[in-house]
Amino acid sequence: MRAKRTIGKIIYHVLVCGFGLIMIYPLVWMVMSAFKPTNTIFTTAGQLIPETFTVENYINGWKGFAGISFGVFFRNSLFISIVATIGTVLVSSVVAYGLARCKFRGRRILFVAMLLSMMLPAQVLMIPQYLWYQKLGWVGSYKPLIIPYFFAIQGFFVYLMMNFIDGIPRELDEAAKIDGCSYYGIFGRIIFPLITPSLITGCIFSFMWRWDDFLSALLYINESAKYPVSLALKLFSDPGSSSDYGAMFAMASLSILPAVIMFICLQKYLVEGISTSGLKG
Amino acid sequence: MNKKKNLTFKQFLDQEHIAGYIFSLPFTIGFLMFMIVPMGISLYYSFCDYNILTPAVFSGADNYVKMFTDDPTFWQTIGVTFYFALVSVPLRLIFALIVALILLKTTKATGFYRAAYYLPSIIGGSVAVAVLWRRMWATDGVINHLLGAIGIETSFAWLGNTKTAIWMLIILAVWQFGSSMLVFLSSLKQIPASLYEAATVDGANKWQQFWKVTLPLLTPTIFFNLVMQMINGFLAFTQCYIITQGRPMNSTLFYTVYMYQQSFEFYNTGYGAALAWVMLAIISLITLVLFATKKFWVYDGGF
Repeated sequence: MRAKRTIGKIIYHVLVCGFGLIMIYPLVWMVMSAFKPTNTIFTTAGQLIPETFTVENYINGWKGFAGISFGVFFRNSLFISIVATIGTVLVSSVVAYGLARCKFRGRRILFVAMLLSMMLPAQVLMIPQYLWYQKLGWVGSYKPLIIPYFFAIQGFFVYLMMNFIDGIPRELDEAAKIDGCSYYGIFGRIIFPLITPSLITGCIFSFMWRWDDFLSALLYINESAKYPVSLALKLFSDPGSSSDYGAMFAMASLSILPAVIMFICLQKYLVEGISTSGLKG
Repeated sequence: MNKKKNLTFKQFLDQEHIAGYIFSLPFTIGFLMFMIVPMGISLYYSFCDYNILTPAVFSGADNYVKMFTDDPTFWQTIGVTFYFALVSVPLRLIFALIVALILLKTTKATGFYRAAYYLPSIIGGSVAVAVLWRRMWATDGVINHLLGAIGIETSFAWLGNTKTAIWMLIILAVWQFGSSMLVFLSSLKQIPASLYEAATVDGANKWQQFWKVTLPLLTPTIFFNLVMQMINGFLAFTQCYIITQGRPMNSTLFYTVYMYQQSFEFYNTGYGAALAWVMLAIISLITLVLFATKKFWVYDGGF
C-alpha cells in the first residue's frame, strides 16, 4: 500500500515536472541559443546546451542597427515605462479613493465609465486615437505613450485599488474626520500609505504592460533613435534587415529580463493582481 | 476677514461631494479626452471617404456597405479571427483548469511547478516571444530538429502552410494558460472542504465530486474568464502581426491586423474607422450572447 503510494507520487512528479519543462523549453532554448555561435544555432537546434559558449552575440546585438545601440532602445523603454507607470499608479489611486469613499452625483456614471474603459480594448481605439493625436500634433513624440496614463484611463488599476480601499475599515476615515482631518488629509495620511501593496501590484502590471507595448510604439514612433525595445526587436528580426539570429536571440533574451526578474522577486504581488481581477488573459 | 474667507474656501473644498469631484477629475477628463472624443471623431470618419492624404468627404454608409458586400478579405478575416478565438480560448481554459486541479495538491515542489506553468503567460505577449516563435517553427527550426531526433525527419514549413499556420498562433495562445490557471487555483481554494465531506458521506466518488461540486462552483470564474478572453482573443494583434503578417494567403489574417493594414498601410482611414466600429459591435454581440447563456450554466448561489 505504502509502496503503491510512493510510486503514485513519483509518477505525479515526473508527469508534472516533465510537462512543466516542456512549457518553459522554448524560453530556455532561446536563452541557450543566444550563447551559441550564430552560424550553429539552426544546425544544432536539437541540442540545448551549446558546445562552445560565446557572448559574441550579446556584443554584436548590443551594437543595434543603423548606428544606434540597443542601450538607447533600453533607455527609451525604461523612460516610457517608468514615467507612464508613475502616472498610472498615482492618479489611479487618487481616482480610486474618490470613487470608493466619496458620495457625489455622477459617481455611478463614472464607475460605469471606468468599467467601460476596462472592457474597451486598445485595438478599437487604435484608429480614433491616432486621428485625435494627429490633430493634437503628438504623433512622432512620446506624448501618446505617456500623457494619457496620467489621466487614469486604464480602468484596471482604478478597479484594483478600489477593491483594496474597500477592504480598509471606514472607522479609520471617520476617526480622522473627527480629529479635523480633511478628505485630502485622509487620503494622503491614511489611505495612501495603507494601500501600498496594491500600489506595488499596480506598478508591476503597469510596468510590464508598458514594457511589452508594441502597438502604440508602432503607430506613433517613427524615428529609430526613439524606438523602445519592442519595436527595435521587431525591426531587428525582420527578414532582410538582419539574419544574425544569435544577436537577435541575445537581445530578445535581454528584453524579457525585466519581466522575469519581477516575476521571480515579486511573485506574491503578481498573483494578487491576477486573482483580484482575473483580467489579464 | 481674509482668514475667514480662506477658511470658507477650505470648507468649501472639504465637502464630501466636492472632494469626490476633485478626486475623480483626472479620470473624467481622461475619459472624455482619450476615449469619447476620439470615438466621436472616428464615428464621423467612418461615414466619410477619407484617406490621410486627402480631406474627408462625407459618403454616407458607403464604407459599411462596401465592407459587407464588396470585400471578401473582410469576411476572410472574420472567419480566421472567430476560428482562432473559438478554438484557443476554450482550449486554454480547459488546460488551465486541469493543471489547476493537479497543482491544487501541495507538495514541496509545487511553488516551482506553478512558476514554470505561469511564466509563459507573463512574457507570452512580448515581441521577444513572437520573434522566437517565428524561428521555432521555421523549416530549420527547433521543432523540426526535435521531430528529427525522435525519428520523424521533416522540413515541413509549419508557418507556410494554409492549414497549419493558424495552429501555430493557437498553440502560442494556449501556451499562455498560466494566469487563468492562477485564477482557477484561487477559486478552487475558496470551495469549503465541508462540501466535499458532505459529498463523501453521500457516497460520491472523486469523479462525481468534480462534476457535482467543483465544476458548478467554478462556473462563475469560468464565465468571467470566458468573456474576457473571448474579447481578447478577438483582438489579438502583436502575434499575428509579427509572426505571420496574415500569410500564407491571408489564412492567418486577424481582424485587427487587417484594420491596421487598411488604415496605416493602404491609408484608407475612413474604411479603417468603419472596421473599428464593426469590431466594437461584434465584441458587444459576443458579450451579450455569452451573458444570455449565463442563466443556463452559471451557478450563482452561494456555497
